[in-house]
Amino acid sequence: MVFYLLKRLLATIPVMLVVAVFIFLLLRLTPGDPAAMIAGDYASDAQIAEIREKLGLDEPMLVQFGIWLGNIFQGDLGESFFFKKQVSELIVARIEPTLSLSLVTIILTVSIAVPMGVISAYKQGSWLDRLTMGFSVLGFSIPVFVIGFGLIYVFSLKLAWFPVQGYDRISEGLWGWLRHLILPALALSVIFVAFIARMTRTSVLEVLGEDYIRTARAKGQTETKVLVRHALRNAAVPIVTVIGFAFAILIGGVVVTESVFNIPGLGLLTVDAVLNRDFPTIQAVVLLFSLVYVLINLVIDLSYTVLDPRIRY
Amino acid sequence: MMTKTENVLEVKNLTVSLPGDGDRANAVENISFTVAPGEIVCVVGESGSGKSVTASAVMGLLPAALKPTDGETLLEGENTLTAGKTRLRDLRGTRMAMIFQEPMTALNPVARVGEQIAEMLEIHTSMSASERRKRAIEIMELVHLPEPKKMVDAYPHQLSGGQRQRIMIAIALVLDPALLIADEPTTALDVTTQAQILTLVKEMQERRGTGVLFITHDFGVVAEIADRVVVMQDGRIVEQGPREDVLRNPQEPYTQMLMASVPSMTPPERKPVEGDFAIDVDGLVKRYGHNGLFGRGRVVLAASDVTMHVRKGETLGIVGESGSGKSTVARCIARLIDPTAGSISLHGTEIATLPESKLRPHRRKVQIVFQDPYRSLNPRRTIGLSMIEAPVNFGTTKADAIVRARQLMQLVGLPADALDRFPHQFSGGQRQRICIARALMVDPEVLIADEAVSALDVSVQAQVLELLDDIRQRYNLAMLFITHDLRVAAQICDRLIVMQKGIVVEQGPTRQVYSNPSHSYTRQLLDAAPGTEVEFGSGRAS
Repeated sequence: MVFYLLKRLLATIPVMLVVAVFIFLLLRLTPGDPAAMIAGDYASDAQIAEIREKLGLDEPMLVQFGIWLGNIFQGDLGESFFFKKQVSELIVARIEPTLSLSLVTIILTVSIAVPMGVISAYKQGSWLDRLTMGFSVLGFSIPVFVIGFGLIYVFSLKLAWFPVQGYDRISEGLWGWLRHLILPALALSVIFVAFIARMTRTSVLEVLGEDYIRTARAKGQTETKVLVRHALRNAAVPIVTVIGFAFAILIGGVVVTESVFNIPGLGLLTVDAVLNRDFPTIQAVVLLFSLVYVLINLVIDLSYTVLDPRIRY
Repeated sequence: MMTKTENVLEVKNLTVSLPGDGDRANAVENISFTVAPGEIVCVVGESGSGKSVTASAVMGLLPAALKPTDGETLLEGENTLTAGKTRLRDLRGTRMAMIFQEPMTALNPVARVGEQIAEMLEIHTSMSASERRKRAIEIMELVHLPEPKKMVDAYPHQLSGGQRQRIMIAIALVLDPALLIADEPTTALDVTTQAQILTLVKEMQERRGTGVLFITHDFGVVAEIADRVVVMQDGRIVEQGPREDVLRNPQEPYTQMLMASVPSMTPPERKPVEGDFAIDVDGLVKRYGHNGLFGRGRVVLAASDVTMHVRKGETLGIVGESGSGKSTVARCIARLIDPTAGSISLHGTEIATLPESKLRPHRRKVQIVFQDPYRSLNPRRTIGLSMIEAPVNFGTTKADAIVRARQLMQLVGLPADALDRFPHQFSGGQRQRICIARALMVDPEVLIADEAVSALDVSVQAQVLELLDDIRQRYNLAMLFITHDLRVAAQICDRLIVMQKGIVVEQGPTRQVYSNPSHSYTRQLLDAAPGTEVEFGSGRAS
């Protein structure tokens, strides 16, 4: 197990290296002189030359890459052109809202979708099942921003239960933090609830036909325990896989939600960086997202061995 | 206190209806029988006879589509058909328990076996977790599992098939039920393991006075353990009575037919086949797996130094238990897998090392009929399309292929219009005939039958065996017959190879191997075959 973990961790290094190369080339291969691009439309030639020297753009490509990578390893992600701050500082400041939103969304999603899928499978063909599946189709079809604006209209403007937008730091109180997150999390979770409920239903339905379910019933086990202890545990591997993917997609997908609800997280940071051609920030954010993807995949793979003793690496 | 004479189970006039669109109205119709304490009652019948439905009805485990419409199933006097859900749950496990056919799938793969035994105690008793564990270890010891203290924490996949079935029996018996229902509990097991499990069931029933309702399709098993026999056909009871009466002197034609279809363990006299060798295998080795990067890999020798020869027009049987390498050898000969070492020649052509590009003509010469006729035909293609695919690939015109397909359909006893239908419109036996016809479409020289009759009912099996024998003679085919069933092997094979763990331990003419086995493993296999004291038929359709 430890051996496997080490092997998997080592395997992430080449993946991240490839990602780094692409991110590095992102700036270098964009048409035009990066220095001129960084300096902006109104810069003088002297200013451009200064930037070029500062960033080492005169050196050969490989040397530039070495310098850039070395800086990253020292925690130096460069300086933002637009915010005029260290990118690392920007990210630290923006990561809490994004992580909060993603976590709350995923918890909300799982606690709605999994029971929904299990009950739907157990009562296959009933009105409850049909309702769930109907919701699934609907959830897939409505874009997040439509749901978001709809929720704001009903719960913030009409009922005034939740704030329209913004974010409270968790250090300023749990309730304020949660109150600001509920609507965006709800908006984000709809599509994932639709997806995960469907997956859970299919997966549990398959397991319910297995012989060991019959064995459990022959033992005189109650239906609830048959479902949870025998069916759900065996159906868990595909469900956990999609939850993992959902989480990864979520972190990438917060861009839209954060814009709608004006939450100052990485999503908004990305939008601002892109609009202002703030390359160091874009590079850092993309690098961070990639790292999160790789790590989530690792966690999913490791979770298999816990969920199913037959899976050993 | 219950008196000794009272029956553990009384099934009275039980009728279970099938959903409207079935081929008959009732799954079981008006059946009655009893199980006394300490008695083993075997319900025997072919697929679709309603034997498993009867068992499920008693346990209250019928699928929702099947409804008991008449009669009662009295468990120690209490009708389980009308018992409420809660009462039924109480009875399951405590008064009646069930073991199933597939010991791998009947156990939850993600829970430790000890937990699965203890779950029974958790449901029905107030024992603490440590008491439950202690009791689980005790019952594991009782069913003769090795090192129960260690095994209690194992997962099902870490145990062998026989050990898993012992776990199932431990689960069923831990609360000392009055009735044990065993639904084909040894069908998926090897013959030596089957013998051990049958002994265990008998031992438990004698020691605890449990009544056993034993469901099986295998007359050998019936002969081995039944006190009384109930023969079922199409949902009705055809005949019932004490074992000696039913097996030695069956009254009903159906029972007589079934008994005659069971192949006898005594091989008939066969003339040795003369002529050229069609298959020569010399020193064949197949190794699976490789040494891992850090020396952690696992190497399995599936076939080791196998040497054998098959003449034209001869049937060579390869018998052995699961994992013996019998299928590996067949697959190497068909080059479905690549041998690691050794030589395989077909009519003098060396094919063990032929590259894939030169294998095509060889593929035509060797055809295989597989075990499961339900899965070896593409469900979305008509029989005709499946039949002509191979010859058209090898250059025959479509029209010629269809003419040939018609002829072969007739040969295997199916109407020519079968070509326009789909696989699901045929029974298992018919599908296996189609598979045989398909194999013959390309005029093969070698026919490999890989457990080709193992999934079939005994009366159908008899017919398919006859067909295979007929085809071998007619086309002078070299036939490789792979089976775990010693009764079938006795009746169809000219010569036999006995394999164990990838090694050929014995070979010789069938009659000689059966009457005078030289290797201890062969003797062990022959002794383990159930019901040898009862003489059955020729295994051919009469």
